[in-house]
Amino acid sequence: MKEELFVSGRINHLVDPYLNIWHWQIPLYLFLGGMAAGILCIAALYYLRGREKDYYTAVRITPFLAPILLVLGLVALFIDLRHKLYFWKLYTNIRLQSPMSWGAWTLMVITPVSFIWSALHIRDIFPRWDWKYKWIYEIEKFFNKYKRALAWVMLIYGIILGIYTGILLSAFNARPLWNTSILGPLFLASGLSAGAAATLLLSKNPAERKQFARIDLVIIGIELFLIIHMFMGYLASTQVQIEAARMFLGGDFTMSFWIFAVILGLLVPALLEILELGKVHIPAVVPPVLVLFGSLMLRFIIVHAGQVSRWLY
Amino acid sequence: MRYAMAVDTKKCVGCSDCVVACQTENNVPIGFCRDWVVETMAGSYPQLEIEIRSERCNHCANAPCVRCCPTGASHFDTGGIILVKQNKCIGCGACIASCPYDARYPHPDGYVDKCTFCVQRIRNGMPPACAAVCPTKCIYFGDLDDPNSDVSLVLKKRKFKTLIPEAGTDPKLYFLI
Repeated sequence: MKEELFVSGRINHLVDPYLNIWHWQIPLYLFLGGMAAGILCIAALYYLRGREKDYYTAVRITPFLAPILLVLGLVALFIDLRHKLYFWKLYTNIRLQSPMSWGAWTLMVITPVSFIWSALHIRDIFPRWDWKYKWIYEIEKFFNKYKRALAWVMLIYGIILGIYTGILLSAFNARPLWNTSILGPLFLASGLSAGAAATLLLSKNPAERKQFARIDLVIIGIELFLIIHMFMGYLASTQVQIEAARMFLGGDFTMSFWIFAVILGLLVPALLEILELGKVHIPAVVPPVLVLFGSLMLRFIIVHAGQVSRWLY
Repeated sequence: MRYAMAVDTKKCVGCSDCVVACQTENNVPIGFCRDWVVETMAGSYPQLEIEIRSERCNHCANAPCVRCCPTGASHFDTGGIILVKQNKCIGCGACIASCPYDARYPHPDGYVDKCTFCVQRIRNGMPPACAAVCPTKCIYFGDLDDPNSDVSLVLKKRKFKTLIPEAGTDPKLYFLI
């Protein structure tokens, strides 16, 4: 038997009895940022491959969501800061070893890019849009000329944004649940599937919908593989990671993770999409809404459970 | 210069005087602490073993808190002491999450706070407050690069351990066993 106790009574707020420093803001941002990354990556990819006509919604309409999601995410991040007036210090420093610094600078690039991309397509939503000033038309002309370059920036920074949301957590050696490099690819895949779900919700073109249901299915398959792989990794690792995995294999997070994130968020939408591709009528909003819900739950559960997981000494 | 601290677990009685001294010296807000005392009880009655440790920031040589800080507020100061620049800290909490020892806490004023080895004292040639008040004199402080410092001498003589060395942080807080 071994028992440890703080005889001096350490009860630091938000640190004891278990870490609780990050609340709803961080997982919400990870979800919004990941979804925006997915939307922008898909739009840039299909634009660069010249499929703009086939996947009109994905390339020109869904990206309107991205700046909204990113701004909401940034607001959530700002609310999370405890020393708010100093937030600008993020942009007077470049810290290559800090994933959060990478993220801040990535957002600095991709948020304006997402606004420009939406502005270039504003007439798809408001056909009689007028920029009022001549110089704005000049800027529009400039970006239209270099639209391919813009799409490349969007694709590359979209991937960085999607992966970074996972790496942000996996860089913390102190929290064994997060300390796995699978989280980067897993969150990227989850973001891409949320991005595909957004197009599924907005598109009215059956051919495009079919294609995006297929994309979603493939990504859900990848996510399931990554989740299984993640748990294999934990169970084959050190005691602290075995303990971390146990939180999901019989511990406190078992029900929420497997029911909300895996069954409702991955397996049920995958099944519904298979049925839909097999010509069974399914209400169109159900699979993408479940995918978005699962993607959000995945972040909430991983962020919360990760803070509970710890080294034992 | 590499500042380090050694705590004698055989002499520590767990009186928590170090905790109170630290709170007084550093004006630590009520309800928080930069150092704390842990008591480990192992075995079963009557074969019981107790270890008492006065713990604080380990001022790691490979510090995850410095690595993950997005603004450079958490930094290595002279002698390897890890400090937080209050006017550079945005209060994001990354360093708190990165510390395997949970040695940091969010100060009510917004920035992140932790043990500083009492820089304001050691720069004036005095030992940290916890070491100065310890009634059993179980806390040794000094420079590891100086072979005649208190901490170097006691580490040469005694067996010691560090906490969670497998986390790869290379801590500078030693426990004599």
